[in-house]
Amino acid sequence: MVFILIVAGMVVCAIMAIRASRLLISAIWLAATSALVALLMYMLGAPEVAVIELSVGAGLVTVLFVFAINISGEETPNLKSLLPRPLTWISIIAFLTLLGYFCLPAFLRSLPEAQASSLQTVLWEDRSLDVVLQALLIFAGVLGVIGLLSEGNHHPAKEHDV
Amino acid sequence: MNLSIPGIIIVAAVALLGIGFYGLLAVRNLIKVIVALQILVKGMMLGFVLAGRLAGNVTLGQSLAIIVIVVDTIVAVVGLALAVQIRQRIGSLDIKTLTSLQR
Repeated sequence: MVFILIVAGMVVCAIMAIRASRLLISAIWLAATSALVALLMYMLGAPEVAVIELSVGAGLVTVLFVFAINISGEETPNLKSLLPRPLTWISIIAFLTLLGYFCLPAFLRSLPEAQASSLQTVLWEDRSLDVVLQALLIFAGVLGVIGLLSEGNHHPAKEHDV
Repeated sequence: MNLSIPGIIIVAAVALLGIGFYGLLAVRNLIKVIVALQILVKGMMLGFVLAGRLAGNVTLGQSLAIIVIVVDTIVAVVGLALAVQIRQRIGSLDIKTLTSLQR
């Protein structure tokens, strides 16, 4: 019952994040979705990733969104989608049907007991290449932050010079 | 209807994936496209953790989810940086105005 309530809340938060007319409100709904996903992960027996999701997904990413929205300003006319509405819905229904079909065998399974093994061993020994790649990606993220903070030094006057 | 816990989590993951996919297709604001991408990835992360748990190796699922969180955050940072720069240069966050790049 608790699982159903959390899932319902999560889906409502996700829908509101897409439907909200103001960008700032959308970011806050996204943070709520993230917090409920973290709660669900904790209840599934994955506390480490739940903590990281809560601090990064609900904390850092929300701060980044609020920062970017403050810089770029609120611009929220609810514009009509570029794709025709029937095409959008047909592709979503096809996507969900296919996904549901492949997930069907797992529906009837019960949750096995969580086995105690060390996350450190898996992360640092079995997936060591991924950790190295993460370090490189974090460097790319730093470059992204520099791009976020830079003022944008384009010179429209040059067009007149030519 | 009596759903098992994996069934409930699968419904949640598929719902998040569907909402994110809808957002990617239907939304025209660049920042909202990144919000939709975040929702999509959250659904996938739930799937990773559940798959790890069902396979009896929850730590592998957790380590994959941690990697996805890092990558997802960096995608958000780079995407937001691009959105801010586009807003400063073109003056709009509407993805339709980006077609002016074709000219």
